[in-house]
Amino acid sequence: MLVNKKRKMLSGNEAIALAARHVGVALGVGYPGTPSTEILENFSELGGNAEWAPNEKVAAEVALGVAFAESNALVTMKHVGFNVAQDLFFTASYSGVQGGYVAVVADDPGMASSQNEQDTRSIAFCGGIPVLEPASSQEAYDMTHLAFEISRRWKLPVVIRTTTRVAHTTSIVAFEDCVAPLPSADFNKDIPARVMVPAHAKPAHKVLRKKLEEIEAWNCAEGPNKVEKGSSQLGIIASGVAYQYAKEAAPEASFFKVGLSPLPLEKLVEFSKSVERCVVVEEGDPYMTTQLLAAGANVEKRAKQWRFGELNVDRVRAQIAGDTSFEMPQIKQKPPQLCAGCPHIFSFKPLVDLGCIVAGDIGCYTLAAMKPLSGMDMQICMGASIGMGVGMRKVLPEEKARKVVSVIGDSTFMHSGLTGLAQAVYNPPSTGHVIIVLDNAITAMTGHQENPATGRKLDHSETTRVSIEGVAKAMGVKNVEVFNPIKQAKEFKEYLEAKLASDDITLIVLRQPCIFVAAAEAKRKA
Amino acid sequence: MEIGEKTINVKIAGLGGMGVLKAALILGELMFEEGFDVKKAEVHGMSQRGGSVASDVRIGKCVASPIIPEKEVDFLVSLEPEWSDVHKISLAENGIVISPNDIDVSQLASKKALNVALLGVLSKYFEIPVERWFDVLKKFFPEKLHASNESAFNLGRNS
Repeated sequence: MLVNKKRKMLSGNEAIALAARHVGVALGVGYPGTPSTEILENFSELGGNAEWAPNEKVAAEVALGVAFAESNALVTMKHVGFNVAQDLFFTASYSGVQGGYVAVVADDPGMASSQNEQDTRSIAFCGGIPVLEPASSQEAYDMTHLAFEISRRWKLPVVIRTTTRVAHTTSIVAFEDCVAPLPSADFNKDIPARVMVPAHAKPAHKVLRKKLEEIEAWNCAEGPNKVEKGSSQLGIIASGVAYQYAKEAAPEASFFKVGLSPLPLEKLVEFSKSVERCVVVEEGDPYMTTQLLAAGANVEKRAKQWRFGELNVDRVRAQIAGDTSFEMPQIKQKPPQLCAGCPHIFSFKPLVDLGCIVAGDIGCYTLAAMKPLSGMDMQICMGASIGMGVGMRKVLPEEKARKVVSVIGDSTFMHSGLTGLAQAVYNPPSTGHVIIVLDNAITAMTGHQENPATGRKLDHSETTRVSIEGVAKAMGVKNVEVFNPIKQAKEFKEYLEAKLASDDITLIVLRQPCIFVAAAEAKRKA
Repeated sequence: MEIGEKTINVKIAGLGGMGVLKAALILGELMFEEGFDVKKAEVHGMSQRGGSVASDVRIGKCVASPIIPEKEVDFLVSLEPEWSDVHKISLAENGIVISPNDIDVSQLASKKALNVALLGVLSKYFEIPVERWFDVLKKFFPEKLHASNESAFNLGRNS
């Protein structure tokens, strides 16, 4: 180890933030989402320029503008946020970038705090985007540097895929404390490079595939992979934190640790044939397994159950032993619940009392689906509450249709509720609809982040507040009212009853700050 | 306990808001400063809303997995026995449970200092001078809490 290196205990997220400072990121932009949220918060605390965008797609667009202008952009999101931003990525890989473009996408295998356990590697593969997979905080730090190198060298967006155990595990990071100067931003006119009409996109697609071939060749020759010679009987191909589990489950094995996709297939096939038995250990989709089998590698097919949930040392040990009956002991956990005094409890009570069919959304208030409230009937993805509610009202018998309400939080409304609201106004159900925005003045579930409706930026400094009721009125919503769900419980319930009986489109804002907002405000002022 | 070739595994468990993550942070930082390899793993997000919280702290020469394998927990620091004793099934053969029962809770100036008091109990098993624990404790708390934290820590250490 170099003597002039500093050493610190950092989480994967903190390590990425530090590297982003050191590498010279001009703008970090994203939307909060566990387990990715702390990256931009730390980047900001370290003096970086960081912003919360209304959603991941906007964040990815802003970052692309930065990278088109030859500077360095970091965009962060959780795995499901990657879906929201996907429209951009699938074509930004064609256009490429002139600066550096790195997206950190945090997966949540086992769904500690998510609605699905999709695998970012598979999605990035479809979009033709290289993916780096750190296995520790040190690698998260080093691979952030490497991601910008790859992005600038091949002029492509690059994804860093973390998982919960990389993002939220704290371990030792050695680094040199030097901040690179920001690259100078400029714009040079080149219409075919950045206007993706068919005539430009057709050759651009070929350019992308050529770049990916080049990266694969580079990855085979000198990519961030590691071969560890061990037993000739057992070889293990692993990536990300799954490598750590495998290392502990079978320390005697030979290892090929993969750090970058496009996979170094030629080397992997060679490795698989150098051992008697070769097992692929990966968290999530059989992403490497499938490609390796197609490439003729001597690897075993993966049993179905290893696709579900997080891996760990015990599960990997069972996979290597071929024990498909292995089950982890179940540990009884106290489920999360709405905090005592949470305004959401008061907001849902009247809906339950009136027997509403509640199309819900993503946030703390999703916990209202749990007992004893049992006050939410559907929840799928960010912003879906409004569209789902409108759709149900269009086919349900009138009596039931009149019971349907859409419930969405302030941050989620800004994220992707606006277009749903436009649909409700544009194609209203014959019974109208009632949309309730729970405005607790914060993005609470992810740990209290600001959003356009709070009127404060990522660093809590003041900015223009986007008015929820103002937007609704401007869109043509007939009735727009604001209530305090605690102090005006009776008025709210009466108004709701009246509007459920009407054929109007109504938007109700239930405004009462999260119990932590006032406390945080006081702390900041002190 | 001597930290050598074998990794020492500490699981700190309780409910959201009890200081589980803070206790893990302190233990991890101390062991890092003492020159060991350390990994500290936990899950943030939904579980913070009053639900179960656990943090795995692994200390050794070279730690691979951030999560403690089954039956390898050497110390279970159980802040809320009703919920966190469920982790007993993960204990190693001679694993030790540290819980509020180990101290006279009535002597705690604040309930909030339970995490620090139980770190005090845990400290008895490591040959690390008490001053080193205090140094690290000071790093993570505002000055006004330093004295009360030291007495909470001592309550555990002298139990």
